[in-house]
Amino acid sequence: MELLKLLLRNTLRHKLRSVLTLTGIGVAVMAFALLQTVVTAWHAGVEASAANRLITRHAVSFVFPLPLAYRDRIAQVRGVNKVTYASWFSGVYIDKNQFFARLAVDSETFFDVYPEFVVEREQFEAFKRERNACIIGVDIARRYNLDLGDIMLIEGDVYPGQWEFVVRGIYQPKDQTTDPASMMFHYQYLEERVRQDMPQRSGEIGWYIVRIDDPDGSASISQEIDQLFANSRAETKTETERAFQQSFLSAASAVITAMNIMSFVIIGIILLVLANTMVMSARERTHEFAVLKALGFSAGQLFFLIAGEALILSTLGSALGLLVTVPAVEGFQTALPKGWFPVFYIKPETIVLGCVSALVVGLAASLIPLRRVLSTRIVEGLRHVG
Amino acid sequence: MESALIEVVDLFKSYQRDSLEIPVLRNISLKIAEGDFLAFMGPSGSGKTTLLNLIAGIDKPTSGKILIGDTDITELSETELAVWRSHNIGFIFQFYNLIPVLTALENVELPLILTPLSRKERRSHAETALEVVGLGERMHHFPRQLSGGQEQRVAIARAIATDPAILVADEPTGDLDKVSAEEVLELMHRLNRELNKTILMVTHDPRAAERARSVRNLDKGELA
Repeated sequence: MELLKLLLRNTLRHKLRSVLTLTGIGVAVMAFALLQTVVTAWHAGVEASAANRLITRHAVSFVFPLPLAYRDRIAQVRGVNKVTYASWFSGVYIDKNQFFARLAVDSETFFDVYPEFVVEREQFEAFKRERNACIIGVDIARRYNLDLGDIMLIEGDVYPGQWEFVVRGIYQPKDQTTDPASMMFHYQYLEERVRQDMPQRSGEIGWYIVRIDDPDGSASISQEIDQLFANSRAETKTETERAFQQSFLSAASAVITAMNIMSFVIIGIILLVLANTMVMSARERTHEFAVLKALGFSAGQLFFLIAGEALILSTLGSALGLLVTVPAVEGFQTALPKGWFPVFYIKPETIVLGCVSALVVGLAASLIPLRRVLSTRIVEGLRHVG
Repeated sequence: MESALIEVVDLFKSYQRDSLEIPVLRNISLKIAEGDFLAFMGPSGSGKTTLLNLIAGIDKPTSGKILIGDTDITELSETELAVWRSHNIGFIFQFYNLIPVLTALENVELPLILTPLSRKERRSHAETALEVVGLGERMHHFPRQLSGGQEQRVAIARAIATDPAILVADEPTGDLDKVSAEEVLELMHRLNRELNKTILMVTHDPRAAERARSVRNLDKGELA
C-alpha cells in the first residue's frame, strides 16, 4: 500500500461529488477556452500581420480612395521593396448575410506581397490569363461547393451592377492565422467597368500594401511616404499592417476586454468550485487527518494527500473541458453567421493556459483545507464529529 | 520494580477559555515500568484522556516533563514528535478510527509507510499483525464489512504493526458489546504478557481495569 492509493481512493470516495466537481471544472474550462478562442479570432488579423508590410491609406479615412498614380512614387522610396494595391469590392454573393472579403487586386504583385495565400502555379497562370478570373479561399470553395471553372455572380453595391467571375484558383492558407475565406480578382477587370460606367472613379484604388526590406525602418519609411503626398488632394497615412489591423479592433476593444476578463473570472469560478469541494472533503475527514497525524504522518505527506486530490480533480476536469472545447468551438463557429470569424481556431497557448490554470487552481484550492488540517491540534481533530 | 520506561514529573495542563485558565491536570508525577499494563480510571472530566494524550505525545503540557526512555518528549518540536510517535507509540481509539476507504490489511500497513521497510516487507508485517489479532481471514475486508469487535482488532493490529514499545488505548471497549469487549481485552492482555508491550489504558469499565496489572485513579486532575 502506498500513500498514492489512499489519495486515489479518497478522490473517488464520494463519486457523485467528484463527478459533479469534474463536470463543473470541465464546463468552466470549456467556457474559458471558448472565450479565449473568440478573443483570438478577433485578433486574427493582427496576428496574421507581417512585420515587413506597411499599409498606405487615405489620411482622412480608409473609405476614401487613393490615386493609382501614387504607386510609382511610393515604389521609389528608399527601403521599399515592392508595392501592390487593393480595392474593397464588397457586393452580395447569394446571401447578403454570408460575408467574406472580396478584393480587386493587382494580380501581378499582390500574391508576391502576400505569400500566405498559397495558389498552385497552374491555377495562378490560368487566373492571370483570364480577365474576369478570381481566386477564392478554400473555405469559400467548401462553403459554396465551388470548383475551378465555376461561375460566381455577384451583385455589386460599392460598384453597382452584375459582376461575373470565373473561379480559376483556390488558395490554401499558409497557416491557421491566415484568412481562408477571401476572394481576389483582377483590378483591371474592375477598372474597365468603372471607366465605362463610373468614369469619375477611374484610376482609384483602396489602399497600398508596401513591402519593405527592413521592418526596423517602418517608421521612417512611413513618414517618408506620407511626406510625398502632404498637402495633396489625397494625403496619405502609412502605418504597419499590425497597426492598421488594430485600428479595426478599436471599436470592439471594450467587448474584447470584457470577454478577456470574463474568461479569467471563469478561472476564479473553477477555483471556488474546487476549493468548496476540498474544504468539504477535508472537514469530513478531520478525524482521519488527526489519526494520520497521530500515527506520525508529516505535514508534507498531508499536503500530498490534500493537494494531490485537488490536482487530480482539477487536471481531469481541465482535460475533460479541453476535450469538449474542440466540438464546442466547431459548434460555435457553425452557429455564427458565415464570415464573422474567418480565422477561428484554438490556439496552443489557450490549451497551455488551461492546463497551467488547472495546476495553479488545484494547488490554490488545497491551501485553505491544508491550513485547516495542519492547524487543527490532534486532540481536537480526534474529538471532531464529522 | 522494573526500570521506569515512562516518567512523568510535575505535569500541569490547563486550557485557556477566553480570559479563564481552566486546569485539567495538576502536579502529576508517576513512573510506569516497561511491560506494565496500567489502567487510568476516574469520573468524566478527571483528566484521564488528557494525561494519556500527553504521554502519547499528541498534546503538549503547560509545564512539567515526560520522559520516555531517555527522551523528554516535552522538548520535542511537532515534527520531531511526529517521528517519535511513529516509532514508539501504537494508538487504540474508542471508535477504532480506521480509514474507511482502505481494507483491513491496508489500514494496518498505513503506519508502516513511515518506516524504511520495502513494500513486500510492509505487507508481510501487516499480515502478521492481522494474524496475531485473529483476523487473517478478513484482511481484504473494508471496515464497513467488519463488526465493531473486528474493527477494534484491526485497530490493535495497526497499533502493533510498527512494533512500538508503548500502546495507548482510550476506552478501547467503550463502543463494544460484552463479548467483543472481552475479546479485545484478552488480546491486549496477551500483547502485554507475551510481547511485553507497555499498555496504558483509559477506561470507565471496572471489568476492563481488572485486566490491567495496575490501576491509577484520577480525580479533578490529580492522581488519587
